[in-house]
Amino acid sequence: MSFLSTYANPTRFLRFAEGALPWLSGATLLLLAIGLYGAFTAPPDYQQGETVRIMYIHVPSAWIAIFAYVVMTSASLGVLVWRHPLADAAQKTAANLGAAFTFICLVTGSLWGKPMWGTFWVWDARLTSMLVLFLLYLGLIAVRQTMDDTPRGARIAAIMTLVGAIDIPIIKYSVDWWNTLHQPASVFRIGGPSISGSMLWPLIIMTLAGTLLFLTLHVMAIRNEILRRRLARLSMQAVRAGEPAGDESMEPAK
Amino acid sequence: MSALPALFLREWRVARRIGGSGAMGVVFFLTLVAIVPFAVGPDPNLLARIGPAILWIAALLATLLCLDRLFQADAEDGSLDLFHLAETPLELAVLVKCAAHWAATGLPLILAAPFLGLMLQQERMALVGVVATLLVGTPALTLIGAIGAAATVTVRRGGLLMALLVLPLTIPVLIFGVSAAEAASGGTVPFYAPFAILCAITLAALALCPFAAAAALRYLGE
Repeated sequence: MSFLSTYANPTRFLRFAEGALPWLSGATLLLLAIGLYGAFTAPPDYQQGETVRIMYIHVPSAWIAIFAYVVMTSASLGVLVWRHPLADAAQKTAANLGAAFTFICLVTGSLWGKPMWGTFWVWDARLTSMLVLFLLYLGLIAVRQTMDDTPRGARIAAIMTLVGAIDIPIIKYSVDWWNTLHQPASVFRIGGPSISGSMLWPLIIMTLAGTLLFLTLHVMAIRNEILRRRLARLSMQAVRAGEPAGDESMEPAK
Repeated sequence: MSALPALFLREWRVARRIGGSGAMGVVFFLTLVAIVPFAVGPDPNLLARIGPAILWIAALLATLLCLDRLFQADAEDGSLDLFHLAETPLELAVLVKCAAHWAATGLPLILAAPFLGLMLQQERMALVGVVATLLVGTPALTLIGAIGAAATVTVRRGGLLMALLVLPLTIPVLIFGVSAAEAASGGTVPFYAPFAILCAITLAALALCPFAAAAALRYLGE
């Protein structure tokens, strides 16, 4: 809790981001390099052949799609309970990132589905619940676009995030509840993973790299959101003081 | 406790007298059902097969479109503030408003459904199935929609935004409603399994949604 209250201050967060971002992006690049090397040198599957390499993108992006929603749900609790602007920024930016990774997951999944299942899309439980997750993300982004940066918009988005969180366990257990085309859990399952070790380790590294990538992008996005709001406030003050707004010295960091 | 019956009567009268949301919902329902044969072709076999699905989608859209004013009129004329201040819990007021809304717009849809089902070449058992599933399922649609209506109460022209937020959440209702309705007219699945799940969804919505909608109203009212 003390960690939260320390870093929940936007200025401290900016300082933290400045210090942490080089390490985060460095670790992401390193793990991505190792993971991609592993993904390309791992043996092809005895049934699926080379197409199994899609897994090294598909599984991590699916994991991040869900992870981003969990991050967003906890940020929403922060918005509703502590009313913190930083939680608001975290919720807003996680929605964009989550939508992007869900989209990657759906696209790679359908590219993988064509050679393996013979179709780009089936209305299977896992696929459908993932699509619903994508729709939830788009709806939350639409809330933000309609409501701008008002605290009220933040609260609407937070409430709808919490209501939509019901989809997350449905995605997780969809392959167990409905026995359809998508394969059941093969990494986190009782009795150990059912993937061979030579394919498992690049998958784990890629998942870690993806998680770090998400965290890096999320910290960057929160930083940009804080700076963007400060800029908006500064230009308002400048307008009120009678100065021309938006001169070059106040451009936000990219 | 006499406040709640009074609220129900008020909502009912407002729905009947102003804007005629119930009648308008039925007309919209009829229009949607009439559009589909133009799009998919008037083949009786095809219509008989997809009829329950058409009726369900039309009922879902009609329910959602009528819902966007559920709390907005109250927010504009200040009665929502009175609900906040009243001794009766806001959750109960939300529940009663949903019940009145369902009675004014959901019930007419269900009464109209058998006649529209006849136009879609439905057999007698299929008609019974559609009416039974709509009767059980539409309260869940109203209740889930109430969360969206509460969340977008302060948004100008929030109707589309509300539909965008609520439609993904109504997918389970649609899945089990349509599969039960189709099972009623024969098929591989027994009727009672999806029907029981549909009942369970409605009961869960009845228990949870008033709290979520009231929480949304509280957070936004501050």
